[in-house]
Amino acid sequence: MKTVEEIKSAIEAAVPGAGVEIVSNPSPCGQHSLRLAPECALAVAKFLRDDAELKLDYLSSATGVDWPDSLEAVYHLYSVEKKHGPVILRMRTVNRTSQVELPSLTPIWRSAEFQEREIFDLYGIVFTGHPDLRRLLMWEGFKDHPMRRDYREPDDFEYEPTAHDEVLKRATEHQAAAAGQPGSEAGA
Amino acid sequence: MSVAEELLNPKPEGWNRPASIAESGDGELLEVAMGPHHPSTHGVFRMDVALDGERVVRLRPVFGYLHRNHEKIAEGISYLASMPYTDRLDYICPLTNNWAYALAVEKLTGQEVPERAEYLRVILGELTRYQNHASSIGFLIQEMGASGTPLMYAFREREKILDLFEELTGARMMVNYMRFGGCRVDASPGWLDRTRKVVAGLAGFVDEFERLLATNEILMARTQGVGVLRADLAVNAGVTGPMLRASGVNYDIRKVDGYGIYNRFNFRVPLGDHGDVYDRFMIRLLEMRESIVILQQALKEIPGGPVMSPTAKLRGFRPKPGEAYGRIEAPKGELGFYLISNGGPNPYRYRVRPPSLINLTVLEDMCLGSDVADVVLIFGSVDIVLGEVDR
Repeated sequence: MKTVEEIKSAIEAAVPGAGVEIVSNPSPCGQHSLRLAPECALAVAKFLRDDAELKLDYLSSATGVDWPDSLEAVYHLYSVEKKHGPVILRMRTVNRTSQVELPSLTPIWRSAEFQEREIFDLYGIVFTGHPDLRRLLMWEGFKDHPMRRDYREPDDFEYEPTAHDEVLKRATEHQAAAAGQPGSEAGA
Repeated sequence: MSVAEELLNPKPEGWNRPASIAESGDGELLEVAMGPHHPSTHGVFRMDVALDGERVVRLRPVFGYLHRNHEKIAEGISYLASMPYTDRLDYICPLTNNWAYALAVEKLTGQEVPERAEYLRVILGELTRYQNHASSIGFLIQEMGASGTPLMYAFREREKILDLFEELTGARMMVNYMRFGGCRVDASPGWLDRTRKVVAGLAGFVDEFERLLATNEILMARTQGVGVLRADLAVNAGVTGPMLRASGVNYDIRKVDGYGIYNRFNFRVPLGDHGDVYDRFMIRLLEMRESIVILQQALKEIPGGPVMSPTAKLRGFRPKPGEAYGRIEAPKGELGFYLISNGGPNPYRYRVRPPSLINLTVLEDMCLGSDVADVVLIFGSVDIVLGEVDR
């Protein structure tokens, strides 16, 4: 198994102009990762899957992380054929609100199909090139992204058919707050 | 290649599954929602199926009925407090969930685990695998229409194992047993003796189960050649566990990673030839035999000593900033936990890589072109638990 430095130089040799950056991991397991520039991620992913020496044919886990200034997608790759891994890829969005697109790796690894849908659902990263990008766990029409750190839980009045007393009071407050900040109301 | 063949063999590259093949049939499409309360769905899961006569031309799985955002809950509580929640992911196999989570945290902190705890983990993990496969086969046969007998036989066996779990951990299913750096309580000599006794009887049950089912004409007619999954698609779609090995791919994380002390044991990895429902059934039966082989070795060699590492810290536990991905071969496939620590008492990011959900990626590919009655079998052969799919 190559080290991350060797993988980085192999990628740079194979995909000219690929922006690859090593993210070191101080924990004792030493699983360092590679941060890819989103515009060349698809080419790099294809190289990693098809390269005779790496053969990272198996995408184990794809997940999102909410950082204070951006959203991140993290992919854990292994090789079933060569029995090595993990090689960890990361991609960051420009910010958390308006520019949240990242290229989908589902065309390379089908395994990302549901996992990218889950990231889209829970974190709001929009994967361009995903063939079927819909919410996975929350229902259609749900507006927010619950795994984000600034997510505000809906009040429980929403589940009462006829709000009264305390619940009605909370509901009125909630609706007043929601009217103040459009689009921030969670739930459908 | 005919349309039907193309449907049965979609290429993994790109996205060439047709959205609908209405024009290829001669009748109108009938849309059926199987679930969320269909008895064959093992919980609340829905398949939106489009049928051309009896033939499935489209299948869309719908998730989320049991979603409680397990990951969000875990990010708001301490590392240790998440341990009992992991029991509720795949509630048939709580001990392997505990193990995967403990392993990920141990990777994050570099914590060592004492010998005896490693042996206990292997013993409990293999007992879990055995009872999961037994009940999974029982459910599959139940869905085939053999109501009662095989499932009850499997549950009779499972009951013996659950009794052992209850004696050791205090609970039959919600065990909350493993800790970072070991196990919560030690096993008494009496418990080990009773386990040896139960394990001595397990092989007889597998023989009985195999005699009862493996050459049964109805079972063979219903399952052979049904729901075929090609090896390259299985790998590309991230399918793991018995399902992957039934397609003939030799990938068992117990062998590949050798986590814990698995590289000390002699056992084989059974592989299938055809990747159909029958192979998946048979692989589970063969893996039960291999579990017994591992159990016998582990129960013979288990050393004395502590079950918790003396340096283990459970309360006021703050790992240094960093991240770790730990994975094990759970009975249903690769169960992984991905943790990011920012130095605080709660994980900054806590992610479960659920084998049940990812194994369902290929559900449509396996079902296209087959009869609607076979969908139930193909789905049953994937072996999922909704607590883990929806999290």
